[in-house]
Amino acid sequence: MLTFLRRRILSSAVPLLVVVLGVFFLARLTGDPANLYLPLSATQEMREAFSAQHGFDDPLLVQFGDYLAQLARLDFGESLRTAQPAAEAVLRAFPATLQLAGITLLLAAAGAVVVGSLAAYRPNSPADRIAGFLSSTAASTPDFWFAIMGVLIFAVTLDWLPTSGTVGAAAWVLPVATLLIRPFGVLVQVVRGAMVTALSEPYIKVARSKGAGERRVIFKHALRNAGAPTLTVAGDLAVGLINGAVVVETIFGWPGIGKLMIDSILQRDFAVLQAAVLLTALTIFALNLLIDICYVLIDPRVRQGALA
Amino acid sequence: MTGHGTSGTETGTGTSTGSGTALEVSGLTVELRTPRGRTPVVRDVGFSVRSGQTLALLGESGCGKSMTAQAVAGLLDPVAEVVGGQVRLGGRDVLRLGRRERRSLAGPQLAMVFQDALTALNPVYTVGSQLAEPFRIHEQASRRVARNKAVELMERVGIPEPGLRAKAYPHQFSGGMRQRLLIAMAVALRPSVLLADEPTTALDVTVQAQIMELLAQLRRETRMALVLITHDLAVVGEQADQVAVMYSGTVVESGPVAEVFAAPRHPYTRGLLDSVPAGHPRGSTLPSIEGSPPRPGSVPTGCAFRARCPLARDRCATDLPPLVATGPGRASACHYWKELADV
Repeated sequence: MLTFLRRRILSSAVPLLVVVLGVFFLARLTGDPANLYLPLSATQEMREAFSAQHGFDDPLLVQFGDYLAQLARLDFGESLRTAQPAAEAVLRAFPATLQLAGITLLLAAAGAVVVGSLAAYRPNSPADRIAGFLSSTAASTPDFWFAIMGVLIFAVTLDWLPTSGTVGAAAWVLPVATLLIRPFGVLVQVVRGAMVTALSEPYIKVARSKGAGERRVIFKHALRNAGAPTLTVAGDLAVGLINGAVVVETIFGWPGIGKLMIDSILQRDFAVLQAAVLLTALTIFALNLLIDICYVLIDPRVRQGALA
Repeated sequence: MTGHGTSGTETGTGTSTGSGTALEVSGLTVELRTPRGRTPVVRDVGFSVRSGQTLALLGESGCGKSMTAQAVAGLLDPVAEVVGGQVRLGGRDVLRLGRRERRSLAGPQLAMVFQDALTALNPVYTVGSQLAEPFRIHEQASRRVARNKAVELMERVGIPEPGLRAKAYPHQFSGGMRQRLLIAMAVALRPSVLLADEPTTALDVTVQAQIMELLAQLRRETRMALVLITHDLAVVGEQADQVAVMYSGTVVESGPVAEVFAAPRHPYTRGLLDSVPAGHPRGSTLPSIEGSPPRPGSVPTGCAFRARCPLARDRCATDLPPLVATGPGRASACHYWKELADV
């Protein structure tokens, strides 16, 4: 198990470095922070002083070298805007995103397991067809359109839900629904496919020959076998949720890491942006590791391969 | 064409319907729902087995023997449907029972051993927990009690170090051991009838013999009735008391194995027995039955075997020969069985 973990950590070091590199240089293409932080009437001397103070006057490669050296000391720099450590701002925003993504994924997975299993139980039945139609519609709905329509109908016209904010359960409805709709649609289809396969395996007949009831057959014997393909896709969708938070958090004013990223781009707050992207990348890496561990837990055949 | 409605099966089931009969099937007809309509795949099948005895359902692949077994066990896929007949188990027709009641018989009364033990065991659960399941379902046994019984079962079917091996997964066993596990699971609740669907087909010859010996031993110990589904004439000869030969979805001949093998009364049985290598000189061409069986859905009128039959004449094209008694305990579905009997 330890060898397996070590191998995984080493193999993800290179992609992480690429992310760091990409964000650092791309961020600096967005423009000179001096234009934003100094008044329009600022003199050339003032601009140069500002750049020198924050190290923007060094050549890019020198700046990058300094940044890497900082990273090695786990120093993520300071926010240009607030002069607070960037790491603090990012960690403050992170739980809001994790909660949103976590609750969404939990609801999507639980709903998809129930709907997908019921659809798979009698393939091509009316229930299966309805589930198939609704799930493919859900899977192809653009989230920004859904969010805007949701705000228009439920917040503006009907005034049932708030347009933004995090206070109270009602504030969660639109952001979660927006994030949920596509993963849910995709997962229903994946669960259905995997369950149709599992339910046609001989061990299902064997379970019935032992007198197992239908609930036991579906949720004990078939579902765990349908787990591996579902998990693969769910992991992919979880990554999408964390990335998708950028859109949803911006639309609903959700104080998470996605909104923080957009704000720091608009404000040329490079240190915060870099820290936010790095944390997101680390989260995705941790997520993939978690998925691999889950594989090992649900399928003993993988366990043998991983430990070998 | 509906397939059933032909009578005469009752007279032909051969063995008596006395007190020792554990399973009696009559007039069983199964249809397959296909895009082109309904196709009969099991037509008017009847047989019976007594406690402690073995009946072989003999036939080539596609003849409907597995479908018959699954219909009896209530394990047909949704595309197949029983449209007629009776399956009497302990005096009750299980086809008339509700789902819940039928499920309560699956295990304690009627159990089944499947062909491919690798896919028949669930890959993600330990064999111990799968063997414990019958006790958990039917006896509401606690986890620990069921587990202990599972280990006992493993010992009974000859798995070495059962306590340790109960924690292993199916892929960690050899083919023969997996088949033993599957048999153990089937006999867990001492069923009165065990259906074994080609239990040794996927195994090495030496292991085949061991598995057959295990089945025979369990049958003797628990006096269960064994229905052995096979295409292997040697297995039938060694293991079975009675045989029902199936062709194209129906029983064409039945009777005590020794008598049927010594003097077959259906040209198909005769053809099968003639194609066994033993008894032919080395190097000579082995006789075979010309042609192939009709596909389900395009079974011709009259006798399904007539296109391949050396005895066929005009009457065979128009009249479906019913399975009729040809002697004590014997039956044949051939208009001209007497010609074979005379030879």
